[in-house]
Amino acid sequence: MSAVIDAKGLGKRYGRKWALTDCTLEIPSGHVVGLVGPNGAGKSTLLNLAVGLLVPTTGTIEVLGDRPAGSPEELGRVGFVAQDTPTYSGLSVADHLQLGAHLNPTWDRAMAESRIDQLGLDPHQKAGKLSGGQRAQLALTLAIAKRPELLILDEPVASLDPLARREFLQILMETVADQGVSVVLSSHLVADLERVCDYLVVLVGSHVQIAGPVDELLAEHHRLIGQRRDPATLPSNQEVIESSQTERQSTILIRTTAPILDPAWTVEEVGLEDLVLAYMGQAASAARRARPTLGLHK
Amino acid sequence: MIWLTWRQFRTQILVVAGVLAALAVVLIVTGPHLVSLSDAYLKSCHTDRDCGSTTNPVMGTDGKLESGLSDVLLIVPALIGIFWGAPLIARELETGTYRLGWTQSITRRRWLAVKLGVVGLASVVVAGLMSLMLTWWASPIDTANANRFGVAVFSLRDITPLGYAAFAFALGVTAGVLVRRTLPAMAGTLVVFVAARVAEATWVRPHLMSPVRATFPITTGNGIGFSLTPDGLQVMTNPPNIPNAWAITSEVVNNAGQSPTAAFMKSACPSLANGAQAGPAGGGVRHVRVPGNGPGPQAFQDCVTKVAAKYHEVVTYQPARRFWAFQGIETAIFVVLALLLAGFCFWWVRHRLS
Repeated sequence: MSAVIDAKGLGKRYGRKWALTDCTLEIPSGHVVGLVGPNGAGKSTLLNLAVGLLVPTTGTIEVLGDRPAGSPEELGRVGFVAQDTPTYSGLSVADHLQLGAHLNPTWDRAMAESRIDQLGLDPHQKAGKLSGGQRAQLALTLAIAKRPELLILDEPVASLDPLARREFLQILMETVADQGVSVVLSSHLVADLERVCDYLVVLVGSHVQIAGPVDELLAEHHRLIGQRRDPATLPSNQEVIESSQTERQSTILIRTTAPILDPAWTVEEVGLEDLVLAYMGQAASAARRARPTLGLHK
Repeated sequence: MIWLTWRQFRTQILVVAGVLAALAVVLIVTGPHLVSLSDAYLKSCHTDRDCGSTTNPVMGTDGKLESGLSDVLLIVPALIGIFWGAPLIARELETGTYRLGWTQSITRRRWLAVKLGVVGLASVVVAGLMSLMLTWWASPIDTANANRFGVAVFSLRDITPLGYAAFAFALGVTAGVLVRRTLPAMAGTLVVFVAARVAEATWVRPHLMSPVRATFPITTGNGIGFSLTPDGLQVMTNPPNIPNAWAITSEVVNNAGQSPTAAFMKSACPSLANGAQAGPAGGGVRHVRVPGNGPGPQAFQDCVTKVAAKYHEVVTYQPARRFWAFQGIETAIFVVLALLLAGFCFWWVRHRLS
């Protein structure tokens, strides 16, 4: 299984500020990949690097085995829906399809037109007059109708209302199923990703906290509830991700592939959202520990 | 990409084409009248041997229209830079649509090349058509004026407007990619463009070719005059009337190249110089140009004769035959500047906007 995105030591600096530092990740093909992380984790920077809108300050990134945006062919293999789904507000829906047809040799006119038809968009409507959801659908149509091998979406539903969000993701899923295209989709809302993704990458502070197929991740993580107990005393094959203690009770989120034999624990399944939040929390507390204390230097 | 550029630019270019067409109609209607008027005048004045430019009727009839059209052509390059150049990339950066354009199956270089090529070409064509119309229409007036190097003529006729338009356009695009916002880019374009034009006309254009020197005798006929200053009586000259030439300097010197001293002037023209003492208190400057103003015509004539015996007028100027050389160099300067700016835009868009 080859990687659709392969980043090594990737860093991007704007002036003096680093938006992404030393990011190494590999995203396999054939998945709908959710890239999740808190604001400022570098998700958007990473995706913009992947489509060649940005070039790395340090490190390398390969997309479908090639340098992003290195050639018209490479550009044609990657479809992109940018954050806030920009469209030309003065051009009509039909103009946008013309634009796609003129700028992409692989353009599938019939598919683009039937999509617009199904969405119920008026081809003569100016893009500036579309609702946020309709605009996102138009941007998605442009990205899909060029028949890419990889579709990258940067927070496509962030500005949509819940209904439009659900509809957008549903249509995205149908298309993915029809075309067998790999998808990488970023969001800071796990609930959105849960519905559509079969592979998850949690990015916090430029670093991958965890990555893997969603079903495996869910199968490997468990919540243990039982009498108060020091998490350090757990078996070595049980990695502690998050633990909380009350006076009498411990709740510990662990990762393990081995069966849990200790009868003292009540074992619960973990939802995707809890899992992601646990990893984000772990990274945040690690960052707190790593932060240098104020002191006088002599 | 050509389609997209055309689609985005369509409305504006159609409006401009409409304006140009309307202008053409006005000029075609009034032009032949101007030519016949001028021809009739020139025919009659040649027989009378009295062809003064100020009495040519074309000057009065359509002077207003001529100066109005000149004003339009003067600002057209600036308007092109502000409304076509500055928003071209800045608006894409501002609204985020560059992310749509740069992720289609087309390289960023090609995207920029087509935009610059199509809109830049339109800019030059618009300025060229306007200049062509105005040059054709105003030719009787320009012939009568015989001042082809004049600021309101040289830069508003023939090929110079093409260079200005190309430069203004490239300047606008450059400002746009640098500041990434449309309105500040438009303002910056206007400021820099005006500054560049003024600086070029003031400091560069006079030195494009070293001027020709010519010597003229001092006579009452060629605009000689005297002026009373606190330093004594001084000779004032008007550049002599060399048709279609561009006088750069003119001064009164003797064979050794020296200007008349105050002592010489006092001895040569005592009655005029004494007027200095009779002049306004505080030593203000008084001009004695027209005989009869002040100390009598005879004194003025005597003074001119005495000065003319030792001194002559040296004029440096760009002769009329250099008009096309100057047009060519001036246009080339601005075209080269435009190309440099365009090259910079390619580099910047490729390396700094990513």
